[in-house]
Amino acid sequence: MTRRVVVTGVGLVTPLGTGTDITWKNLIAGKSGIRRISYFDAVDKGMACTIAGEVPDFDAEQYINRKDARKMDQFIQFGVAASMMALEQSGLVIDESNAERVGVAVGAGIGGLVTIEKTMRAYDAGGARKISPFFIPQTIINMTSGWVSMMSGAKGPNVATVTACATGTHAIGDAFEIIARGAADAMIAGGTEACICELGVGGFSAARALSTRNDEPERASRPWDKDRDGFVMGEGAGVLVLESLESAKARGAVILAEVIGYGMSGDAYHMTSPSPGGEGGGRCMKAAMNRAGINPEDVDYINAHGTSTPAGDVAETQGIKSVFGDHAKKLMVSSSKSMTGHLLGAAGGIEAAFSVLAVHNGVVPPTINLDNQDPECDLDYVPHEARQANIKVAISNSFGFGGTNASVIVRKFD
Amino acid sequence: MSAEIEAKIIKIVGDQLNVDEGEINPDSSFVDDLGADSLDTVELVMAFEEEFGVEIPDEDAEGIQSVQNAIDYIAAKAE
Repeated sequence: MTRRVVVTGVGLVTPLGTGTDITWKNLIAGKSGIRRISYFDAVDKGMACTIAGEVPDFDAEQYINRKDARKMDQFIQFGVAASMMALEQSGLVIDESNAERVGVAVGAGIGGLVTIEKTMRAYDAGGARKISPFFIPQTIINMTSGWVSMMSGAKGPNVATVTACATGTHAIGDAFEIIARGAADAMIAGGTEACICELGVGGFSAARALSTRNDEPERASRPWDKDRDGFVMGEGAGVLVLESLESAKARGAVILAEVIGYGMSGDAYHMTSPSPGGEGGGRCMKAAMNRAGINPEDVDYINAHGTSTPAGDVAETQGIKSVFGDHAKKLMVSSSKSMTGHLLGAAGGIEAAFSVLAVHNGVVPPTINLDNQDPECDLDYVPHEARQANIKVAISNSFGFGGTNASVIVRKFD
Repeated sequence: MSAEIEAKIIKIVGDQLNVDEGEINPDSSFVDDLGADSLDTVELVMAFEEEFGVEIPDEDAEGIQSVQNAIDYIAAKAE
């Protein structure tokens, strides 16, 4: 038995705003959320990259009481806030009758790096007595799912994926399968991340992964453009409420889209470089289509991983072409990372949400900054401006360090 | 001196446990009256150490369960 799964709630905290409506509005307006880093003096610290997508206007206490908020690293605060938004939109009431059938799966790629950095400094200066008793619970990745369960009462499966930049997509895909196989009726699922700190930016810089277009922050994330030079870090969270179709129908919920497929694969190739020809990502998309029981021709839109790295953008393009054949040219493929930056473990969460909103609203988000398309990247990337299109089926791709790939497929719900 | 210590302690407790300072008395127990859990009490002691520039060994910290305990302990250390 496999059950149908739908999306009934979306929660977003992104560099384009705190909240789903403001994020979506800025996204389809083609606005960039990338700015000079304000959290620390990246220039003074000698960082090669001094820009990032920080979340504007986030007030944790709007979602979390002050005492609890103090015990959470910011990545947990973002994840909890997005979860509460998604739950509120879904209208799902968790009480004794259903608590054990509602689960949580909000992962992160890095975890509480900001708190780790701060605590190490306190320890170096003052010794072991300066380590907070909340240090471990503040920083471990599954604590977002823990807090969401404590705050919502969800007593079903409680897990947290950690697959680098594929985290959010794996979390949502795994939650989809948990519901499909009957192990829960609803899941609060997605990804969260907040590691725009010295070690985070310094670490990705050292790996030569980040753009150094520091003098033009809003133009730095430019997937598929000839002059792209790496990704730009973002932060935030994207969480969905997934629910069995029966459960959503029984309570008369508004259904935003149906999740119909999920695929995974491993590159077995390199720590940080994509496999040649994007074959790992290609197999992943194919697996998701097989799970959905659809053909390549059925797909209208791909929300690409599209991070704006020289190698990754070409590999994904090649992977898409190898799997979709002639249909590749008819697909719309866009990278919302051109506007949000790369939210790492949260990327799959926000991008699954964007895919849901794209099929629900009939609008495809653009790829901004695509001024001179790389000849090796020759698909329809929806440059510069969002496109009205009555799309039915969308794939959201995420690929992570370690050669881990995930694709989720959503379909317009009629 | 003691009044000053009391005011500072009540402020720290109010901040950390998110309790209105008006609701905090010297008799208030951190756990029973102010909603603290075991980790909160550890962190409170760290905050007292920071504020008053003292070191509170774990065996002493176990005895600090209320606002009054904290006031007495800090006052004794200050002498």
